[in-house]
Amino acid sequence: MALRFQGVDFYDADGLLTEEERAVRDTVRAWVDDNVIPVIGEHYVAGKFPTHLVPQMAELGLFGANLPEEFGCAGLNNVAYGLIMQELERGDSGVRSFASVQGALVMYPIYEFGSDEQKRRWLPELASGRRIGCFGLTEPDYGSNPGGMITVAKETKEGWVLNGAKMWITNGSTADVAIVWAKTARLDDPGSIRGFIVPTDAKGFAAKDQQGKLSLRASDTSELVLQDVCVPKEALLPKSAGLKSPLMCLTAARYGIAWGAVGSAMACYDEAVRYAKARVVFDRPIGGFQLQQARLVEMLTEITKAQLLCLQLGRLKDQGKMSPQQVSLAKRNNVSMATDVARESRRLLGASGILAEYQAMRHLANLESVYTYEGTHDIHTLILGQEITGLSAFN
Amino acid sequence: MKIAVCIKRVADSETRVKIAADGKALDEAGVKFVLNPYDEFAVEEALRRKEQAGSGEVVVVALGPAAAQETIRAALAMGVDRGVLLQVDRIPADGLVVAQALAAELKDGGYDLILCGKMAIDDYNHQVGPMVAELLGLPCVTSIAHLELQGNTGVAEREVEGGIEVCEFPLPAVLTTDKGLNEPRYPALKGIMAAKKKPLDIKPTALAVGGLEVLAMTPPPDRKDGRIVGEGVAAIPELLRLLREEAKVL
Repeated sequence: MALRFQGVDFYDADGLLTEEERAVRDTVRAWVDDNVIPVIGEHYVAGKFPTHLVPQMAELGLFGANLPEEFGCAGLNNVAYGLIMQELERGDSGVRSFASVQGALVMYPIYEFGSDEQKRRWLPELASGRRIGCFGLTEPDYGSNPGGMITVAKETKEGWVLNGAKMWITNGSTADVAIVWAKTARLDDPGSIRGFIVPTDAKGFAAKDQQGKLSLRASDTSELVLQDVCVPKEALLPKSAGLKSPLMCLTAARYGIAWGAVGSAMACYDEAVRYAKARVVFDRPIGGFQLQQARLVEMLTEITKAQLLCLQLGRLKDQGKMSPQQVSLAKRNNVSMATDVARESRRLLGASGILAEYQAMRHLANLESVYTYEGTHDIHTLILGQEITGLSAFN
Repeated sequence: MKIAVCIKRVADSETRVKIAADGKALDEAGVKFVLNPYDEFAVEEALRRKEQAGSGEVVVVALGPAAAQETIRAALAMGVDRGVLLQVDRIPADGLVVAQALAAELKDGGYDLILCGKMAIDDYNHQVGPMVAELLGLPCVTSIAHLELQGNTGVAEREVEGGIEVCEFPLPAVLTTDKGLNEPRYPALKGIMAAKKKPLDIKPTALAVGGLEVLAMTPPPDRKDGRIVGEGVAAIPELLRLLREEAKVL
């Protein structure tokens, strides 16, 4: 019976959860304690995604857990789904990213924009982890501006021919299937963007891992090249229509990230508190010094606020009332908050804080990616600025 | 194969417990309660036996307050078919009273096997399993770490001081489970959702009076500060003397 993470819950947010939500959280928490925490440091240093965890995650039902049971998914509400993301990211952002991509960026678009046939064929395969997916939207020159993409899909008699390149694609080299977004008309027409289910063994499809990452090292990030990739007509996601479709996927993923970031912050805070009580300098634990207490107080305050933010966001999502701008606010706040918590935890840990044996610096390095992906912090600022003023700063 | 598992709701061993104002029980406020870890081995074993047999039923029975429904649902989430709560205001200290209530529930159930954790991690009594067996007139093997079933006969291994004891017994029987018997599964998320829909029978239960009363509960005394008897090799003779004469551990 391994030592269990006891959570961080200063405002009895647990009391706002249902029994099932707590049970889901506790299951994933125990699984992360037993299976992620013991191995993640060495995988991170080695730059390897812990592939062996995928079947276990599937067995637990972590992939697309908020999608319906009829497709082999767990059928959870969005708060329970968020708690899963929180606990996975308490382990590592790379592990949470894997689940986010599989669930929110691959299964969700098939569920939302796919035909019944596509749903029946792909969702059970992806839920069970027998097939791994990736999401190809971002391109080398089009990150914050995906509407400018230059990947194109040309309709032929037999189906579609895809040409283009995608970059920063999580799970790209391990995936069996890619959701590729491409323009089907003129390059200046983002309304022509459609989604395609592309098998990664299709002729002309190549994935290459991006080397030299100093962040998300326990996660595969790849470049995809599509050169005259032919797919049948049934590869098209029939209900995808314009840039809005991939942006809806990003909203689904960002929702999970807002929760996940809180998990990272909880891990770093927990580590900082333990260290502050145990580490003796000038004949007393460093937790007794005002400077370190101020650090811990800031961490706990911001974590508590972010927890309540997530919970209300989840309740709104479950009621069908959540707006993408509300997700932007939570993603922007929580990831920035978690990055600050990780950094302060790293500093409180002194020299130990730079070691892979501790969690803080790994989380800190990871969170710099999370800060940048799924809508950078700055882009979310502009989205919210537009929401407040009605004036777009980027269009 | 029809298997009953007796389970108990206990305070999580990692929770910080306080003693209630009456000085005779735990203060339950803010305490996280879990399925007794030794009972998890029993639940897991029952599920595996049913899965191997390809058919059958696994029933959990708990005696406890209304809140123990959550503990039962934790077992249902692992895959147990149904649960029975023998509802009482509080779990009595006297193991015999608990065993009597459980035995009355189990008596006519037609169970091939009754499993219990070898002990509960709150009272450490190791009593209820063997008492249930005695009350039902069934054979009992305690603290099993390995189990084989063949028709109406079972062979269980228990880890005893310095070796392994092998016991053969006829079914039906009562077995209490020890660590090492298996690795309990995590309740899958689908299982957690399914648990809500599984039958959970709540039976208000009147208990016998019992012969045991808790007079007082006190936390262990604070550990005394350590003492440094010297440094390096020179300190060893003094350390040995103290271990021998004062601590009397050598």
